[in-house]
Amino acid sequence: MNATSLQFKENAHRAIEDEKLKKALGTMKVGFREKRAAAVAKLPEFEELRDAGRDLKNHVLENLDHYLTVFEARVKEQGGHVHWCRDAEEARQTVLKICRDKGARTVTKGKSMIAEEIALNHFLEEKGIAPIETDLGEYIIQLRHEPPSHIIAPAIHVSKEAVADIFRETHKQYAADRPLSEPRQLLDEARDVLRGQFIEADVGITGANMLIAETGSTVIVTNEGNGDLTQLLPKTHVVLASIEKVVPTLDDACTILRLLARSATGQEMSSYTTFSTGPRRADDRDGPEEFHVVLIDNGRSGMLGTEFQEMLRCIRCAACMNHCPVYGAVGGHAYGWVYPGPMGSVLTPALIGIENSAPLPNASTLCGKCEEVCPMRIPLPRMLRHWREKEFERHLPPARVRQAFRFYAWIATRPKLWRWYTAAAARTLSIWGGKRGRIKSLPMAKPWTDARDMPAPEGETFMQRYKRQQKAGGKAA
Amino acid sequence: MPETPNSPPANPRVGLFVTCLVDVYRPTVGFASLSLLEKAGCRVEVPEAQTCCGQPSWNSGDRAGTQAVAKQLIAAFEDFDYVVAPSGSCGGMIRYYPDVFDGEPAWKARAEALAAKTFEITSFLTDVMGWDGIEASYDDTVTYHDSCSGLRQMKVKGQPRHLLSKVKGVELTEMDRPEECCGFGGTFCVKYGEVSDRMVTDKTTDIEKTGAGTMLAGEVGCLLNMAGKAKRRGQRTKYRHVTEVLAGMTDTPAIGEER
Repeated sequence: MNATSLQFKENAHRAIEDEKLKKALGTMKVGFREKRAAAVAKLPEFEELRDAGRDLKNHVLENLDHYLTVFEARVKEQGGHVHWCRDAEEARQTVLKICRDKGARTVTKGKSMIAEEIALNHFLEEKGIAPIETDLGEYIIQLRHEPPSHIIAPAIHVSKEAVADIFRETHKQYAADRPLSEPRQLLDEARDVLRGQFIEADVGITGANMLIAETGSTVIVTNEGNGDLTQLLPKTHVVLASIEKVVPTLDDACTILRLLARSATGQEMSSYTTFSTGPRRADDRDGPEEFHVVLIDNGRSGMLGTEFQEMLRCIRCAACMNHCPVYGAVGGHAYGWVYPGPMGSVLTPALIGIENSAPLPNASTLCGKCEEVCPMRIPLPRMLRHWREKEFERHLPPARVRQAFRFYAWIATRPKLWRWYTAAAARTLSIWGGKRGRIKSLPMAKPWTDARDMPAPEGETFMQRYKRQQKAGGKAA
Repeated sequence: MPETPNSPPANPRVGLFVTCLVDVYRPTVGFASLSLLEKAGCRVEVPEAQTCCGQPSWNSGDRAGTQAVAKQLIAAFEDFDYVVAPSGSCGGMIRYYPDVFDGEPAWKARAEALAAKTFEITSFLTDVMGWDGIEASYDDTVTYHDSCSGLRQMKVKGQPRHLLSKVKGVELTEMDRPEECCGFGGTFCVKYGEVSDRMVTDKTTDIEKTGAGTMLAGEVGCLLNMAGKAKRRGQRTKYRHVTEVLAGMTDTPAIGEER
């Protein structure tokens, strides 16, 4: 997927003009936030669980090589295959080879962000293999040829009317005048279409919420059951997972599961939590004949040992974007790549380069809400600031901006000059504001006055008045 | 997080960090702070060498610039028992100073010492001084916006509300989402003016919906943003810094009001 993160401002402009999107984001914000708050309120040990989750993932990240090799050994012991992939290209080629070895024509897919990251669908289509998304949201955006706008609710930006439109356009097999106004009708139709695909598919591809080293299991957390059909019905199951998904034990997985659904959808548990351990055994009633795990680095190992290592604790719950006022204003597409919101603004520069995503770390007020709700206690604002520092070091902000900051620091270290300058500014702006007490248009602060008035200063600065009163021996104002 | 001392000196020597926005835009807030601190028993001084806390540099990734500004402020304030600011974000910036001096142990130590005794004013009055002897009256319904740095970094939430409850005539009515960012964010509001506008539009809608006559907050930056938007939208709500009401200094026209 070609990133348009550099055009964040233009993307945001389009998003803000979109009334339908505004409505969708309004509903989403309230829904996710209230549900999470209610779920957290019901679990007294939630804060301790967050500590446990943080410590657990920190331990994993310090010993990542160890847990990954243990995981690999367990998968192999059970007859599964593990493929190590340095980057997106290796991962795509690996999946392609598995599909070609099986003579696959169609593959069903469970929801997977890493599949989006390596742009798998587009690649498979080019190679003549049809990928079919089976998560309802992913299915909708696949039909619309769009990327997801949210990591757990990929079609959050699409109204149900727009879903009906794309279904009518695509599903020509049904009566043109069928009713599609209710979510239930849309769901039933998608289910009817997908049911056949599950059975026909040669390969099923899923992501993984976790990999468990102790058992060699992969875990998916879903609400629609499509993931289970994707991985159980085809003869071959391919799991795509980035390397930081590994946890040591089943107990550890449970710690994360207790945090994940509550933080994401406000559920105590998702409807389906599925553990896959190797291919079908002789006495299993169903399951795939082949089980492959594709372990993908694609930039993660480069984050280890840097100020961005803690980002690898992320469990993709989306709490940060659900609570982010900027995400709430512009939606996910404005961020221009796979991962939106605060976690995306930290992760995207690490994965595609800060030079290709420079606006993202700046498109935040650093309000801190994301860190407040992050189940893994990732210091997202601190890392956004770190990226800004990297940008400044690499001279990515325009020269005039850097000069302005240099001037600011220069004058702020010269109190006398600062006093003179601030007094002049206060006086000028105050006169400008006149009797009205505010300024309608200020050329040097156009983005401000385009949207709002600039309240005028009182006139004298505090320091001027204070000094005058000190001289006069008075105390009160 | 610095520890709050159990028993501060009875009459601590407090350096008032006026902050540049208060200095330029809203001197009344400085005088209100001075008055509240003195009523609480502090010996207050206003060091002349103070300028700005360095937030603009820090949040823009200019570490060298931040260090220069921070050194200036540390030197101006380190001799006081406490440093108090009528702002959660400027006080919060001082709490970040130890991070600013990563790799410079001598300055880092001085930064840590200063960070540990720096407070936002309402939390200082309540949590450190244990003082709530407000003697003001203000006859209006008010609503209160929790500015982000104050709320999340400096843990300011109940303190201003408690102090407001002591003001005669004040009736507090909470808005929906008082903790939602107003969209100011320092340079954010000019770098991403349109996004900021959407945020402050939602905020001022929530504020107006309360029907409160006055909107209070503890951060002049956020107040300028919200008051400016409210005025542009023709809303009648008055915007004031919380210290103005607490100190009974409400003769000055509200922020952005006719005068």
